[in-house]
Amino acid sequence: MKLFLKIWRQKDTKSKGSIVNYEIDGISPDMSFLEMMDVLNEKIILNGGDPVAFDHDCREGICGSCSMFINGEPHGPDRYVTTCQLHMRKFKDGDTIYIEPFRAKSFPVIKDLVVDRSSFDRIQQAGGYISVNTSGNPQDANAIPIEKESADKAFDAATCIGCGACVASCKNSSAMLFVSAKVSQFSYLPQGKVESTDRVLNMVKQMDEEGFGNCTNTGACHVECPKGISLDYITRMNSEYLKANIKK
Amino acid sequence: MKRIFKSSIGRKLAMALSGLFLIVFLLQHFIINFTSVIDPKIFNAFSHFMGNNPLVQFILQPILIAGVLFHFIMGFVLDWQNRKARPVKYVSFKGSSNSSLVSRNMIISGIVVLSFMALHFYDFWVPEMKYKYIDVLPENPDRYFEELVHKFEDPLRVGIYCISFIFLALHLVHGFASSFKSIGTNNKYAGIIKKISYYYGILIPLGFCFIAVYHYYSTI
Repeated sequence: MKLFLKIWRQKDTKSKGSIVNYEIDGISPDMSFLEMMDVLNEKIILNGGDPVAFDHDCREGICGSCSMFINGEPHGPDRYVTTCQLHMRKFKDGDTIYIEPFRAKSFPVIKDLVVDRSSFDRIQQAGGYISVNTSGNPQDANAIPIEKESADKAFDAATCIGCGACVASCKNSSAMLFVSAKVSQFSYLPQGKVESTDRVLNMVKQMDEEGFGNCTNTGACHVECPKGISLDYITRMNSEYLKANIKK
Repeated sequence: MKRIFKSSIGRKLAMALSGLFLIVFLLQHFIINFTSVIDPKIFNAFSHFMGNNPLVQFILQPILIAGVLFHFIMGFVLDWQNRKARPVKYVSFKGSSNSSLVSRNMIISGIVVLSFMALHFYDFWVPEMKYKYIDVLPENPDRYFEELVHKFEDPLRVGIYCISFIFLALHLVHGFASSFKSIGTNNKYAGIIKKISYYYGILIPLGFCFIAVYHYYSTI
């Protein structure tokens, strides 16, 4: 396959970036998108250029590192996949592909396609945990009976890999889907209920401080989420947040 | 409570509650207007009551105007904040692949509805205030139907009203269901709320269109 790539190049956070055109040939439809980027970078290096910086780690859809915005969508045109799981067979010979970083004020570009998603870490640190005393005699979690429906919903929420596609796809750059998943994965379970009031208050406060936009329920985040996290978690977090404010 | 309304979820809640308040008002407005098609006497009786009842005039009307202003101002504030949250725009952004055109353009449909409301106030509210409080004319309980029909004699006005109602429908189809999400309604009702949202969002503006067109044709 021969492809025409339009890639966002940006030297560092403070520099102004721009789209740079590349042509690449001999791409196999069986390659992953990141492998295609590897081939491109080898070509750039051989020509003495600066390779395109992009995030990647596990390359199996688990870590959530790869964060490219491909042809107007986070992780490209396929559904329920991350960029590393996107295959070149989704494109046609001669296609032009736009590759940009995830864009949001809260995700500043570090270089080229690499963005700083530490805002998500700070939200998580604000309450995305349970306090467990490990020094004494902790109770085995499996000994606590949990109804199937709650366990399933908690597990579905916990599949969020924090990739940031929800923010990238949202026209408002809202992080509500991420935060609601992280709140709900705990609050559905008895271990998480104990701190649920503080958790939702603190995580929402941190989310607002990070400068994400306001959710307008367009549903783009759910569609683009590689794990298909449901919008229902946002509705549930709205309710949980309002109740927490009344309680405290 | 102060914390709620300083948060993004609280601002959404305020937007949702003011929107739901306006949705209820719209239904009441439609029912009264529809009586003009059924029987002018009923329409006159309702209008006379609404125009002269002190509770409606001095309590409900100011609350309604405040609700309208709040909803619009809050809408602009949220839109401005959302634009600020992405200072560098995408070169290629394919919103159509993951969300509806209506949901992505609430601010545009809202601005059209706001412009329409300015015309609507100029058409009905301003003359009413002039009649009652500036000219201080004696109350005639039978004048309302004639005033309504007179406005719809102009085909341009009927056209502007109908186009505005289409934008109102687009705004309601997303806004109605979205409001319930924002107030955190139990997800088990999401399906039925979405259906009601579609029916309400299409039928009520269509009904308003029908009233305008009906009176236009009744006068020619």
